[in-house]
Amino acid sequence: MALKALDYDTLNENVKKCQYAVRGELYLRASELQKEGKKIIFTNVGNPHALGQKPLTFPRQVVALCQAPFLLDDPNVGMLFPADAIARAKHYLSLTSGGLGAYSDSRGLPGVRKEVAEFIQRRDGYPSDPELIFLTDGASKGVMQILNCVIRGDGDGILVPVPQYPLYSATISLLGGTLVPYYLDESQNWGLDVNNLRQSVAQARSQGITVRAMVIINPGNPTGQCLSEANIREILKFCYNEKLVLLGDEVYQQNIYQDERPFISSKKVLMEMGSPFSKGVQLVSFHTVSKGYWGECGQRGGYFEMTNLPPRVVEEIYKVASIALSPNVSAQILMGLMVSPPKPGDISYDQFARESKGILESLRRRARIMTDGFNSCKNVVCNFTEGAMYSFPQIRLPPGAIQAAKQAGKVPDVFYCLKLLEATGISTVPGSGFGQKEGVFHLRTTILPAEEEMPEIMDSFKKFNDEFMTQYDNNVGYSRM
Amino acid sequence: MRRFLINQAKGLVDHSRRQHHKSPSFLSPQSRPLASLSRFFSSTSEMSASDSTSSLPVTLDSINPKVLKCEYAVRGEIVNIAQKLQEDLKANKDAYPFDEIIYCNIGNPQSLGQLPIRFFREVLALCDHASLLDESETHGLFSTDSIDRAWKILDQIPGRATGAYSHSQGIKGLRDVIAAGIEARDGFPADPNDIFLTDGASPAVHMMMQLLLSSKKDGILCPIPQYPLYSASIALHGGSLVPYYLDEATGWGLEISDLKKQLEEARSKGIAVRALVVINPGNPTGQVLAEDNQRDIVNFCKQEGLVLLADEVYQENVYVPDKKFHSFKKVARSLGYGEKDISLVSFQSVSKGYYGECGKRGGYMEVTGFTSDVREQIYKMASVNLCSNISGQILASLVMSPPKPGDDSYDSYMAERDGILSSMAKRAKTLEDGLNSLEGVTCNRAEGAMYLFPRINLPQKAIEAAEAEKTAPDAFYCKRLLNATGVVVVPGSGFGQAPGTWHFRCTILPQEDKIPAIVNRLTEFHKSFMDEFRD
Repeated sequence: MALKALDYDTLNENVKKCQYAVRGELYLRASELQKEGKKIIFTNVGNPHALGQKPLTFPRQVVALCQAPFLLDDPNVGMLFPADAIARAKHYLSLTSGGLGAYSDSRGLPGVRKEVAEFIQRRDGYPSDPELIFLTDGASKGVMQILNCVIRGDGDGILVPVPQYPLYSATISLLGGTLVPYYLDESQNWGLDVNNLRQSVAQARSQGITVRAMVIINPGNPTGQCLSEANIREILKFCYNEKLVLLGDEVYQQNIYQDERPFISSKKVLMEMGSPFSKGVQLVSFHTVSKGYWGECGQRGGYFEMTNLPPRVVEEIYKVASIALSPNVSAQILMGLMVSPPKPGDISYDQFARESKGILESLRRRARIMTDGFNSCKNVVCNFTEGAMYSFPQIRLPPGAIQAAKQAGKVPDVFYCLKLLEATGISTVPGSGFGQKEGVFHLRTTILPAEEEMPEIMDSFKKFNDEFMTQYDNNVGYSRM
Repeated sequence: MRRFLINQAKGLVDHSRRQHHKSPSFLSPQSRPLASLSRFFSSTSEMSASDSTSSLPVTLDSINPKVLKCEYAVRGEIVNIAQKLQEDLKANKDAYPFDEIIYCNIGNPQSLGQLPIRFFREVLALCDHASLLDESETHGLFSTDSIDRAWKILDQIPGRATGAYSHSQGIKGLRDVIAAGIEARDGFPADPNDIFLTDGASPAVHMMMQLLLSSKKDGILCPIPQYPLYSASIALHGGSLVPYYLDEATGWGLEISDLKKQLEEARSKGIAVRALVVINPGNPTGQVLAEDNQRDIVNFCKQEGLVLLADEVYQENVYVPDKKFHSFKKVARSLGYGEKDISLVSFQSVSKGYYGECGKRGGYMEVTGFTSDVREQIYKMASVNLCSNISGQILASLVMSPPKPGDDSYDSYMAERDGILSSMAKRAKTLEDGLNSLEGVTCNRAEGAMYLFPRINLPQKAIEAAEAEKTAPDAFYCKRLLNATGVVVVPGSGFGQAPGTWHFRCTILPQEDKIPAIVNRLTEFHKSFMDEFRD
């Protein structure tokens, strides 16, 4: 009898345990319905171009020229590409050792890393070392690399906000570590209270967990809140005292929709705090080309910057990066373009500025439309989307609905979201995929559908929600669905 | 220069400190730990900073030990030395007997002058900047079939949005094309749902290792010598590498009896052997397996309940008329084995072949013979990273469905392809002959892939000199070679070799006009090395 090579039972338990709801049950059901011909509005993932946002023109021109360098030799190239795109393509190709088709340095092209460092310096007013910047195939890969370095086993805990972007919970699971949750306060605009942090750490330690790192997502995902400078300072002091490395997920730094709390990087705050913090807190900051107003998710471009990690540790991280040889070169060039975009006076500047401004202003309007829309619905309360790309309304499910969910074998917010999907085609991610307080339910949707479609989408949602609430408010007892 | 020396000194101090901590590398006890030379000029580093006494949470002593354990020689120590030499060469041209560093350590063709296939790049450029397709001038600059293909591809992408995350297995339409390409190659059907497009083949290998390995009690059979992605990923995922030795005397042949022996020995130690890795064509060894050998391997995996992990990234690199590439899927299906009979994962990449598109990071794995609950887990893992880069996905589909006779670009495509492959065959032969002419050096022919893996019979005096420098003998030789000729190769200990034998891996990729000079320099160096150390 032949031995079974690989069956479910013998799989790595860590793989089985890990969950990633963003492309989980709801998404799979939505895809099924789409195949059956139903119109689906995918608001499950921050994927702007999938919902009609156009790529910025200038970067695509530059990358296209880098893809096909023989164009640069053609006398007619100027008829299809502006001179500054041509110059920029030549510049980036000169930074490579063989164009887009050669593995670069495993940390990314030195020339691009230099541009990233210059960007960080301009943004923060403090120096940045290109040697401490690694480009990655998307920020997610960078997060996985750093967590892989930090987590030694299940005795190691990582402080993660609840709600959080489930890359963190999934990766911690895969790496066999322990997630130590700290709860954001919905009633305080998803604010972070250091007392909550202290409590979480104390509890973890009492269970024998060594808390090694803390994750902050700023602006937040799914919650959208922008941290204040004072808040970040508190967090850094906390990390200093508790000896935690801070992982600053700052991928939404360009997506800010209010003016009270502009983006301020954790690195800047840290440097401003001076001694002993500026040399005594370890920090890794993450950024990407997938979000902001670029939205180039499909390119898989990102970077992380390390602060106060010992050189020997940086070497080890380099070593692991070298096993994957190099991040994809197209996205590295895109990252270079993102950190050093067209300037006033450049041929392409006006169009670039117009396109960028258009996207950001529209996002700001959509953040408002969606928040207000949700708040006008029965049993729905929604904090304003201060930043990032999501709306995370709280749905107050009546007992009848919770009962019906139980009978259907579903978590209540999954039950609600499935019904929403089937009735309206709106594909969201249930709040349980991100973590939430016991008995409190949410869903995450993006603010990315086209502005002209927003009113109809919100109407559709409101209609469904009214009917759902009516149905389950009346059914005290048991549900027949 | 001063920084270089300071870091050299620091490196030597650190290295001797680490020698005490570090356990022997995976096979050769004398093989040197990686990263012993401090290579970073970090602005936050201080000469006096000691990692182990720091009060910071993340220090060398407190990071994941699996990270410390894993090694990857292809971009390891010798490359760092080379990079420093290259820097120094700029300032001190006359200090060296050569005027450039030639990187023969890594299969990175386009970094050594190989040009990309024009048709592929035309399509990729059009997909990157689709508004080109609306301009009349585009027809003057791009071939007709590249424009057609770009339209076809964009039509398969929802909203033509190449900047959007795709399905986590890759764009469906592209998987359809790849599946059709696999079927055309093998004569057996392929299911697009079995295909997972990844950022190069390496992440796909990692995914499988993560799935298969729960602890050190799980083992993976790997060829020795092997491409060190395997040893590194097994170490990173906490499993055990179970070596099986390829036979140098028979052209790096694979004996089933040896496989069985290693398997049984591992099992007797309580290791559950989960999979067998076969690299065909081989890396670093370059052999192309004979079909009956492949049949034996398939049968072996079926009998022993092993997943067959078939690394086939060099499938287009075959240089000898007496050998041909056969995919393991084809071999398995030809034996009458279907989905229920054998679990097989086949890896392919856009980095090798005649396309050599390393920097694009494109590749896929075709996963067959797993139950649906296992496949769901594979899908789940792929979904955490959302998807692989779209441009790489498109390229993978182009590689598996290149221009056909009658297409506008067909003739020029074939000329480019044949030119590259015949040149590789020629360079392989020239280098092989050159190496075989050296005293005490034997080199098997490169039947395929991109490397030569000569064996050097090192005199005892050389071995002793190496030991005195606390270096593996083959690393010692390679470093001397680098310093004398500027040619960068990778010591055999980075790949594994039979104990007491020494090799190095050299790529066949420098352009043809550089090959005679390389052979001359190698010959000269080797002669003086042997003069110095001959017994």
